Amino acid sequence: MSGSPTVPVPRKLLPLQLQDVVFSVAGRRIIDGVTLVLESGARTVIVGPNGAGKSVLLRLCHGLLQPTSGTIRWNAPEKPGSPRRQAMVFQRPVLLRRSALSNVAYALRVAGVPREQREPRAREALRSVGLDALAGHPARVLSGGEQQRLALARVWALRPELLFLDEPTASLDPGATQEIERVIGALHAAGTKIVMVTHNLGQARRLGDEVVFLHQGQALERAPADRFFLRPESAEAAQFLKGQLPW
Amino acid sequence: MGGRERRPALYAPDRLFQRACAPSPVSTLGEAATQALHLVTGADPRLIAITLLSLRVSFAAVLIASAIGFPLGATVAVSRFPGRHTLVVVLNALMGLPPVVVGLLVYLLLSRAGPLGAMGLLFTPTAMIVAQAILVTPIVAALSRQVVEDAWIEYREQLRSLGETRFGAALTLLWDLRFSLVTIILAGFGRAAGEVGAVIIVGGNIDGVTRVMTTAIALETSKGDLPLALGLGGILLTIVLVLNAAASVVKDLAQQRYG
Repeated sequence: MSGSPTVPVPRKLLPLQLQDVVFSVAGRRIIDGVTLVLESGARTVIVGPNGAGKSVLLRLCHGLLQPTSGTIRWNAPEKPGSPRRQAMVFQRPVLLRRSALSNVAYALRVAGVPREQREPRAREALRSVGLDALAGHPARVLSGGEQQRLALARVWALRPELLFLDEPTASLDPGATQEIERVIGALHAAGTKIVMVTHNLGQARRLGDEVVFLHQGQALERAPADRFFLRPESAEAAQFLKGQLPW
Repeated sequence: MGGRERRPALYAPDRLFQRACAPSPVSTLGEAATQALHLVTGADPRLIAITLLSLRVSFAAVLIASAIGFPLGATVAVSRFPGRHTLVVVLNALMGLPPVVVGLLVYLLLSRAGPLGAMGLLFTPTAMIVAQAILVTPIVAALSRQVVEDAWIEYREQLRSLGETRFGAALTLLWDLRFSLVTIILAGFGRAAGEVGAVIIVGGNIDGVTRVMTTAIALETSKGDLPLALGLGGILLTIVLVLNAAASVVKDLAQQRYG
């Protein structure tokens, strides 16, 4: 035994391995045998036509849905009851009827952050998304773009290893979208793995290092972003990129 | 006639009928109302004592019912377990508990021979609070279950994503819905303040001890003291109206502010 005290270093959450994952509702396979490995580092963008199962895949990974069959295996799974090390931003953020600041502080409380650390961390997170001036405002009366930034501030404060985003800018104007993309970039730069669903191809190009193309519940293609957009391998992806429905 | 006199009307229904028809000091609703107004404006001490006891009993009952009913309703709303559907049906059905039945059950519990008889609570305000709390708890639980369950659909993914536990989520939702819950509290208070069956059985309507507005109204009406009954009725209506108006204003302001 060495003399120095052993500090337990938590093993990393990633990589995440999906093996033949199927999710079906009433006999219909929404996710139809997806095998995929998500490594830390590169920003992964999941693209595909409506109904391809993008959001469902994200929820399966995040643990909000349980697969009908197949396995989802983490390198070091989160222990039930312990703070989560992954987070998710939804298309429409759900905010509590409290101030912006206490929405962030609430997430910190759930994550088990000691009381005295919550407010400074929440303020710092609000500053990082440019909402510090609105800290005392009720969250639900903020604009759509501000609400989504607040949702990102909540994530920022939690400093997760992994962040899932489900079309976070789908209902926002270009200005708000730009701001959200900046924050996502900053989160990535701070070491958070980004997994994002979008059907905005421009956004996929701007934010994606690698692309997973989902089609009718199947991961048809996975490629570095530059290559995917230049030379998609599957006919379905090529058609999707051309803006055509593949049927 | 065969020398026999006609028998006077001795039967109670006839006498009551005659009394109701006979000219009396208070022969019209208008006069009774005028006298009632005098009692109220003159701050009649009897009236004040009865009103304060009523408020004390019903507020205490609603407080207890809220402390039990809100967490219970919210927990059921966010939980999934076998028999949940049955529990929801039972909870909803209990909203219609007949006050006299609750009164009877509490009476049996608290009477000398009953399991809790040794506590000597029968015919005390405490007994009335217990009975009303039993009446109001299902109302609070069933209505909050509905309200929280509707909101849960919207919040579920987000709260689970943050790692919130079921019970934590229940409490979070209750706080987030606090302005809607005011209406539920009012419904509970209306039930408590307006019922007579339970409090008259377990309280006994003892003057100066357990006489509340509803039992006093029932008694005074049967005695024919319509002004006091009307005065109390007016106060009861006013209290319920003012509480509802205040709650409505608070709710509107809060919703404007918090969205």
